[in-house]
Amino acid sequence: MPAGEPSPLNRYLAHLEKGELAYQYSPEAGKAVFYPRLLCPFTGSANLEWRISKGTGTVHATTVVHPAQGTPFNVALIDCDEGFRLMSRVEGIDPMEVKIGQRVRFRVHRPGGDDPPCPVFVPAEDG
Amino acid sequence: MGGLKRASAAIVGVAESDLGHVADGLSVIDLMAQGVQRALEDCGLRLRDIDGVFCATTQSRLSVLALCEYLGIDPPFLGSTIVGGSSFEYHVAHAMGAIEQGLCTVAVIAYGSTQRSVGRKQASVREINPYESPFKPFMPSSAYALAASRHMHEFGTTRAQLAAVAVAAREWALLNPAAWEKTPLTLDDVLASRMVSYPFTVRDCCLVTDGGGAVIVTSAERARSLKKPAYVLGCGQSTTHSSISSMPDLTVTGALAAGKAAYRMAKLGPGDVDAFELYDAFTINTILFLEDLGLCKKGEGGAFVAGGRIGPKGTLAVNTNGGGLSYCHPGMYGLFLLIEAVRQLRGECGLRQVKDCDVALAHGNGGVLSSQATVILGSAATL
Repeated sequence: MPAGEPSPLNRYLAHLEKGELAYQYSPEAGKAVFYPRLLCPFTGSANLEWRISKGTGTVHATTVVHPAQGTPFNVALIDCDEGFRLMSRVEGIDPMEVKIGQRVRFRVHRPGGDDPPCPVFVPAEDG
Repeated sequence: MGGLKRASAAIVGVAESDLGHVADGLSVIDLMAQGVQRALEDCGLRLRDIDGVFCATTQSRLSVLALCEYLGIDPPFLGSTIVGGSSFEYHVAHAMGAIEQGLCTVAVIAYGSTQRSVGRKQASVREINPYESPFKPFMPSSAYALAASRHMHEFGTTRAQLAAVAVAAREWALLNPAAWEKTPLTLDDVLASRMVSYPFTVRDCCLVTDGGGAVIVTSAERARSLKKPAYVLGCGQSTTHSSISSMPDLTVTGALAAGKAAYRMAKLGPGDVDAFELYDAFTINTILFLEDLGLCKKGEGGAFVAGGRIGPKGTLAVNTNGGGLSYCHPGMYGLFLLIEAVRQLRGECGLRQVKDCDVALAHGNGGVLSSQATVILGSAATL
């Protein structure tokens, strides 16, 4: 990798800044790769393409975290339609109402301050 | 690649250090050393016999150096593989390999933690995972809760079935004088306790205690002259992922592959095991490991544990010391599985003793269901 090329994380975050959920695709494995990295975990190849997700997916697993202080909130694993899984949360509904199998749609969350943007999900209109 | 040889080595000495809430100012290396001294006393060997040292802890960056310095020894063989709570089951296999190859003859495996005294934040540095941390999962509980949610969804496992694991552990703990928890626990108590990360209440989660200990491993040849050796019949390991987002299947753990390898080496099956010591960091663990280690079919673990089957009055002896849920859990619990398995084989367990115990299985879990390691131990009758 030439010096100065952005790290996989920074490239991913730059896409998020633009409101895009980026992932990688391994042409040799024919599979999506997430989290972004320098080597394909299926083949060991450095040949990984960057792609932009359509942002639609399905809740794969869900929990509701009860913090010592503050209100309970959702943490979920989302299976995006392109074939990769990521941790996120489903917003806009009661966290206990988030159901496995539920269809969800990506939106970017900008916490502000020094915190980078992150991908969150809301119930999909088609769901 | 030949692999390890069945019963080429044995665990001959076991001991806990002080447990629970240890005296102010005790360090993790103090606890390891205390464990080493007590384990040596247990088997009649001496410090100068030790030529292999293995240890793991989250509270000392170069713990094996610190322990050797503390003990004043310069052993030719060192190991400090750290893969979470199952590290010590990995160490048994590594010690066995080293002993087979003549790289050492008497190995000690030690652990120490003061996480209750110093607080979890002090005991274990939080690692930032840029793809998970922004969502503030309460780790490790939320990772296991995600796995539990999937098990409930796919197989209809219920919160009451999860709670049955905690109740069984408590019943065993009440028979163990060294256990942290001293009062009875009901299904309703578990379900009504403070929610941590749904579906887990605080009673679905392991304890937060201090503690440590050590086990001594030596060649089968040398073990024969020592007190009631627990022969290492089988070992297996599997590492499927590091972060929960990357776990290939949330309802199937590496215990499947680890167990298969250990059973193959031991030339035994699940039906031959008299006592199961399974790493119960959370109630879902016991269910997953009973399935993956072949005690019931995938998906049937919830029904399997209901009705007290794995409690002291049940038909299958599981987590006979009270487990991480009710006996002791200093953060990396795997060493205590080995200690209890050996004591059961020796018949030293008093009220909680499993009758005619000749084969005991210790199954370690590390990370977030990430590193799985099985060790099958047997009495002289299994040779």
